[in-house]
Amino acid sequence: MAEETATEKKTNPIIPFLRIPEKYPDDAAYLWGMQCGSCKAKFLGARLACGKCGETDKLSEIKFGDEGEIYVFSVVHQTVPGLEVPYVGAIIDLDDGVSVRANVYGLDPLKPDASWFGKRVKMFTEVTAQDREGNDVVAAKFKVL
Amino acid sequence: MRDVAVVGVNMLKFGRYPEKDVVQLAAESSINALKDAGCSINDIEIVVSGNLYQANGMIGQRIMKEIGATGVPVVNVSNACATGSTAFREAYYAVASGAYDTAMAVGSEQMGKMGLLGAGGGGDRAYSTEGVMGTGLMPGVFGQAGAEHMRKYGTTQEQIAKIAVKNHQHGVLNPMAQYQVETPLEDVLNARVIAWPNTLYMCCPTGDGASAAVIMSAEKAKKFTTKPVWVAASILTSDPYQERNPTMFDINTVTRLASKKAYETAGIGPEDLDMVELHDCFATAELVHYENLFLCGEGEAGKLIDDGETYNGGKIPVNVSGGLLSKGHPLGATGVANITEIVWHLREEAGDRQVKGAKTGLAHVIGLGSACTINVLKR
Repeated sequence: MAEETATEKKTNPIIPFLRIPEKYPDDAAYLWGMQCGSCKAKFLGARLACGKCGETDKLSEIKFGDEGEIYVFSVVHQTVPGLEVPYVGAIIDLDDGVSVRANVYGLDPLKPDASWFGKRVKMFTEVTAQDREGNDVVAAKFKVL
Repeated sequence: MRDVAVVGVNMLKFGRYPEKDVVQLAAESSINALKDAGCSINDIEIVVSGNLYQANGMIGQRIMKEIGATGVPVVNVSNACATGSTAFREAYYAVASGAYDTAMAVGSEQMGKMGLLGAGGGGDRAYSTEGVMGTGLMPGVFGQAGAEHMRKYGTTQEQIAKIAVKNHQHGVLNPMAQYQVETPLEDVLNARVIAWPNTLYMCCPTGDGASAAVIMSAEKAKKFTTKPVWVAASILTSDPYQERNPTMFDINTVTRLASKKAYETAGIGPEDLDMVELHDCFATAELVHYENLFLCGEGEAGKLIDDGETYNGGKIPVNVSGGLLSKGHPLGATGVANITEIVWHLREEAGDRQVKGAKTGLAHVIGLGSACTINVLKR
């Protein structure tokens, strides 16, 4: 009988601009993107060209830090089936100059308030799903500092 | 570009039509618009069909098989919620360019009760980012757009709710509206939250519907109507670079770019408008578009609704049809229906909701992703 070899499970990011290091979770996952060498605009993830000025050659990879602040948010009460509601869906302005969509934790979703604007937040990652091959899927989330 | 007139229009009352398919709805509205124009499909030289969810279904050609397959060019377009208004603009340019003398734009959609949540599925994957890495669904996105105005200017949820009160009050007078129900301020604020700050009555319903418009060159229009409505500007923009876009959909920059071009092309300013039909998919959207269309100054949208200036009879009536909040929002049909509403007012055919003496109107639509259309009509 042929010996069956178990397929090694992988840990994959939920979105391409989240990088999972080989030694995750001992090494922290981080958001990455590209910066334009001409106009300095920053973007999440890989790019063929700069979406601001059209530069095609001078783009370099950049690693983003894990702190920022809430720019705006909504509290979603009605959504696709299977999700726990309500959740705080925010736009986070990272200190490193790019924005990311994220869930924010550490706030009472039943008491949304203008004081949430500008709140300092820090990123954390966790496994949120398994894909069809059984691999872990990791997402980036933010908690209030 | 030469002068172009809208000669015939129609919209079916938006709602649920489970017994019909989308081609039947579109065909019915097309026939009505052709009759309104006093012509037949045999007079039409090009047809542009707008449909979003069945964009690969050759809806335009199927409409022609229902109403008269004359062999003319048929173009199918999709541009998110701006699908119908983009179809109108393509038809407009076909005539304005001199390539054709007559054209018909028809927008249609059959959504059933799928809601605006359709974009949230994981597709072929077993998982989705929705609710895990923020929100990309329309209620959340437009909640954030309203929150941005709150952050910048201290606008309150109550001020935004007043927009829903107004549009539902307007909708009561519109027999074409999906819902003709008044919603007092208390009811709006106490309704269940869909995505803060928008409650249930601050979100438009979805549904089925169709709307069509027949347009002609000035010379041709003379033969068919004594009440031509002129297209003073037909503008389409895509969203220019903005530092938070595409992480955060930007409905502001794309609309401001379009409205500046529209006013410039039409040779008018916002003070010259008698009425506006704008894209109030959510109450928060109408709020920000007051400023994006320059109906008031920066940060003054809350005051504009507080003062009641956007009611019929106010300084600048907005969404006297009841807006999408009352009228409904079958995506591909919406843009043509906004134009239809303005045409009815400019022809003094709008019944109980008629804007008195309306001579100039603006129809605005946003498709997220993003596309903005603005059509300025004059009599």
